[in-house]
Amino acid sequence: MVPLSWYLVLAAFLFSCGLYGALARRNAIAVLMGIELMLNAVNINLVAFWRHGLYPERLEGQVFALFVIAVAAAEAAVGLALIISIYRNRKTVNLDQLDLLRG
Amino acid sequence: MEILQELFPPPPIPTLEQAIFIPIALFTAVCALLVVFSRNLFHNALALVGSFFGVAGLYVMLEAEFLAVSQILIYVGAISTLITFAIMLTRGMMFGATSPVNRQAGTAAIMISLFVIVLAGVVGAAPWPTPETRIDLATLDWGGYARLGSTTGEQIIAKLGHLFVADYLIPFELMALLLLVALAGAILLARDRKAV
Repeated sequence: MVPLSWYLVLAAFLFSCGLYGALARRNAIAVLMGIELMLNAVNINLVAFWRHGLYPERLEGQVFALFVIAVAAAEAAVGLALIISIYRNRKTVNLDQLDLLRG
Repeated sequence: MEILQELFPPPPIPTLEQAIFIPIALFTAVCALLVVFSRNLFHNALALVGSFFGVAGLYVMLEAEFLAVSQILIYVGAISTLITFAIMLTRGMMFGATSPVNRQAGTAAIMISLFVIVLAGVVGAAPWPTPETRIDLATLDWGGYARLGSTTGEQIIAKLGHLFVADYLIPFELMALLLLVALAGAILLARDRKAV
């Protein structure tokens, strides 16, 4: 039997890796990969709490995790389309150089 | 020798499940590190695929087989293909001519390591339910949506399908609408305006 806390620690580690990627990377695609990692970490937590919870027969954790996966797919599609569009207009995906809104 | 054994007790022998969990978790964690620390963007994408596979393995260990298959279909099949295409179409900074991280990387690393220490402390200190009190899924009533004589895993999937068209019908339909709008919007955003 694997204790619940092992899953939680692994998910916390994955979330932190994703957060670092989203905050510190220069490339827009790498930032998007960090966000995907964070969403995966959240899903691990949801499913682990479902399995170790009091009412597994209600399946709420699994349902919620599936909704998260669907939203992540939509987010990835729109995000990558935005990146391709920006690359076409500005010839860069470097987030440091995308400062159109700077006053 | 006895003092040494008292100070450093031998690690407990892992059960079979733990012995399977540890390599999967290590693989996932190493892949996640490679995703953010490797300089080559293409290696990042490959490590991301490995990490997705590791998470799918964790779902299998948590007896969520449908989620594991969805994870492989959607993340490994669709999202990583999309990311690979975007990398090939943009070709920006693929081979690390400049630093892959921005100016706030140091601050971010310090804050995030503090964050993970706090989080691990909280997880370690909280009184989680022990594995012994975990409910055996085979003893539960899954509502009989699957055909007679099916296994527990099949019954869980049948109930999941029933929930999506009964209790969670409106969120499910909204999700379909969201995916349609998002994908149509993505095509609209990414098309070449000059070519049309």
